[in-house]
Amino acid sequence: MSKYYLNYLDELESEAIFILREVWAQFQNPVILFSGGKDSILVTHLAKKAFYPAKIPFPLMHVDTGHNFPETIEFRDDIIKELGVDLIVGSVQEAIDDGRVAEEKGKNATRNTLQITTLLDAIESNKVDCAIGGGRRDEEKARAKERFFSHRDDFGQWDPKNQRPELWNIFNGKHFQGEHFRAFPISNWTEMDVWNYIKRENIAIPSLYFAHEREVIRRDGTWIPNSEFLIIEDHEEVVTKKIRFRTLGDITITGGDESEADTLEKIAVEVAGMRQTERGNRSDDKRSESAMEDRKRQGYF
Amino acid sequence: MLDNNQLLRFTTAGSVDDGKSTLIGRLLYDSKSIFEDQLKAIENTSKRKGHDGVDLALFTDGLRDEREQGITIDVAYRYFTTPKRKFIIADTPGHIQYTRNMVTGASTANVATILIDARYGVIEQTKRHAFIASLLQIPHVIVCVNKMDLVDFSEETFNNIVRQFEEISSKMLITDVRYIPMSALLGDNVVNRSKNMDWYQGAPMLHTLETMHISSDINKVDARFPVQTVLRPQSEAHRDYRGYAGRIASGVFRKGDEITVMPSGFTSKIKSIDVFEKSLDEAHAPMSVSITLEDDIDISRGDMLVRSNNKPDASQDIEVMLCWLNNSPARPRAKYTIKHTSNNQKAMIKEVIYKIDINTLGRINDDKELGMNDISKVKIRTTKPLMVDSYRENRVTGSIILVDDATNETVAAGMIV
Repeated sequence: MSKYYLNYLDELESEAIFILREVWAQFQNPVILFSGGKDSILVTHLAKKAFYPAKIPFPLMHVDTGHNFPETIEFRDDIIKELGVDLIVGSVQEAIDDGRVAEEKGKNATRNTLQITTLLDAIESNKVDCAIGGGRRDEEKARAKERFFSHRDDFGQWDPKNQRPELWNIFNGKHFQGEHFRAFPISNWTEMDVWNYIKRENIAIPSLYFAHEREVIRRDGTWIPNSEFLIIEDHEEVVTKKIRFRTLGDITITGGDESEADTLEKIAVEVAGMRQTERGNRSDDKRSESAMEDRKRQGYF
Repeated sequence: MLDNNQLLRFTTAGSVDDGKSTLIGRLLYDSKSIFEDQLKAIENTSKRKGHDGVDLALFTDGLRDEREQGITIDVAYRYFTTPKRKFIIADTPGHIQYTRNMVTGASTANVATILIDARYGVIEQTKRHAFIASLLQIPHVIVCVNKMDLVDFSEETFNNIVRQFEEISSKMLITDVRYIPMSALLGDNVVNRSKNMDWYQGAPMLHTLETMHISSDINKVDARFPVQTVLRPQSEAHRDYRGYAGRIASGVFRKGDEITVMPSGFTSKIKSIDVFEKSLDEAHAPMSVSITLEDDIDISRGDMLVRSNNKPDASQDIEVMLCWLNNSPARPRAKYTIKHTSNNQKAMIKEVIYKIDINTLGRINDDKELGMNDISKVKIRTTKPLMVDSYRENRVTGSIILVDDATNETVAAGMIV
C-alpha cells in the first residue's frame, strides 16, 4: 500500500483544521462556543493547531447557566490563561434577573432551553458572525443533518429543510447583516474518535470525565450529582459512588455512570464497550423524539 | 487497533421502497454499531406501528417531517467503525426531485452504492444513480442487487441484472464496479455471507467496503496547494514567521521543491512544511499544513502554490458540467460569485451548450433554461483567471460552486470539463 495516505484520525484532524481556517478567512468576528465539555475542548485544541505558531485568533464564548460543575469553570479559566485568548461570558442568571427569560418550575426544571436566549443575545451584542461549536453528527438525529457551515437567520433560527447544499470542500459562509453561521469542524467525528484523539494527543480534560468519588442520587436510571441546585425528594437518598461523566451539561441534568476508568486509556476501553449512546443520560434529550430538532430550530447549539 | 486505518466515505442512493434504509440499518446492526437505547427506541416505534419484529429501516429516521412522511429529504450522515476501517455514510434520497441532494452526497464519496430491487432490475432510477456516480467521478461503485429473497435467490435473475447494468455503465465513466446479490431484510451478504446463494463467490458488502483499495482515489501526481490564509504570529518567538496555511488539494510537496505562485507567476523554494510544532520533509493530500518559502513574496488567500514543472491552467473561460441546486432558475447572463478552492471571483454563465435528460441521459439542445436539479454543460466566464484542472483529473481543483449574490445561496455545483 502507498505511504501517501492518512489514517482516519489524521484525516479527521486535517478536515477540522481546514474548516477552522476557512471560518477565520470567511468571517469577520468568529468565536468558539466553549462549554468546558470534551467536544469544545477538542475544537479549541484543533484551533490551537490550525493557527500555530500564531495564537487562536478569536475569543471563546461561554454560555454560563449558573448551574455549572465547579470543576468546569476552573478548567475554563485555566485554558483561557494558557492560550492567551479572550473569554466572553453570556449569563443565563443575568437574563433571568433582567426578566428576559423565566425559570422553569418543579423537580425536573432545567436551564437548558433558557440558554438559547442568552446564546443569541451574546451573539448579537458581540456582533458574532460565526459561532464555532463542537456538535457532532453522530450525537443525535437532528444533528446528523447539520452542515459544516450552518446558516442562521436574523432570529438565530435554523431551517433544516432549506439548508444550503455543501459540496466537496467548498464552503459558502456568505450572509446578510444580522444573520450568522454556526460552524461544526468536528461534524464527522464519533464519540470514539474524540476519545481516541484525546488519548493520542494527551489533551487535558476536566477531572469530571475520570472516575471519582461523588455524592449522587439515583434518578431516572442514572446518577445525578448532588449540588446546591438539586431538589431532593423524600424518597431519594444521597449516596457516595465512584462515577464518571460521559458528557458534561448542567450539573442538574447530567447523569454519571459508575465506573473505575480513571485514565484516558481506561476511558477509551470503556467507551468502546458502551452499549448506550452518549446522550442517553441527558434528560434534555429525553423530553421528546424531536427535542433536539426543536431546540436547534430556535437557535440552540 | 485502528491505528493505520483509513476513512472510507460512501453514498447510498435509493427511494422509499428499494430497501435502502433497511440496508443501512442492517449494516449498522450486524456490525454492532447500534446502541441499546437506540435499539430500544426502534423496538418501541416498531411495536407502535404494528410491524413484525424490529424494523431496521427506522434507524435512519431523521427530521420530524421525514419521520412523518416516511421519506428521506436531505442528506443524513451516519457513522460506523469496524476493526478495519471507519465509515461515513452519506444517506441520500433517490427520487428525481432530490437529484441535488444525491449530487451533494456524492461529491466527497469514495464509493457509491446503488440499490436495485431484484424483482424489477435496472430501472430509470438506477440509470440516474449510475449517471450521478459517473458525473461526480466516484471512484468505485457497488451495485447491491437487493431483495434476492423475493426472486428465490435466483442466480439467473442476478446475472441478468449484472448484464443490464453493464450495458448502461459502459457508456459512462464508471470503471470499478462490484455486484453483490443480497437480502438486506434477512441479512444475506450484507455483513454475513448468505447461506442461500452458494453460487455467489464474491464477498459480502461489508467485507468489500473494508478491503477496497482507496489509497489511489486521491490525485498524487499534480501538486496543488490553495492558500487559505496567512499565518503571521506577532509574537516574540516567531516574529519573522510567515506561513501559508491550507490543505493540500492533490499531490506531494517536499522541502526544497521549486514552486510557482499562481496567478502571479513568482517562483520560490519551500523552506519548511509545518504541522503544529513539527516540520516535515514532505506532505501530501489531504493534509492541512503551513508552508514557508525562501523568498518574501506577496501571497494571499485565493492564490495557489504549485510545483513549477506542473501547473494547472489559468483560465477565465471554463466549460463545466453544472447541476442547478436552487428553486429559482438561472437568470440568463446574470452574474454570480464563483467559488473555486479558496478563490472567489465574479462569473457569468455565457452559454448553455446542452441540457441532459436525466431519464434517458440524452442531450436536450432546444431548452436552455436551468431549473432545480437540471444538469447541463455550460460555458462560464470569470472576471479573473481561475487555476483549474479538469474534474476528471482532480476533484478538488476541478470543482466549483456558484453563489447568488442576491440571496447568498449556493445555487449550482459544477465539474470542470
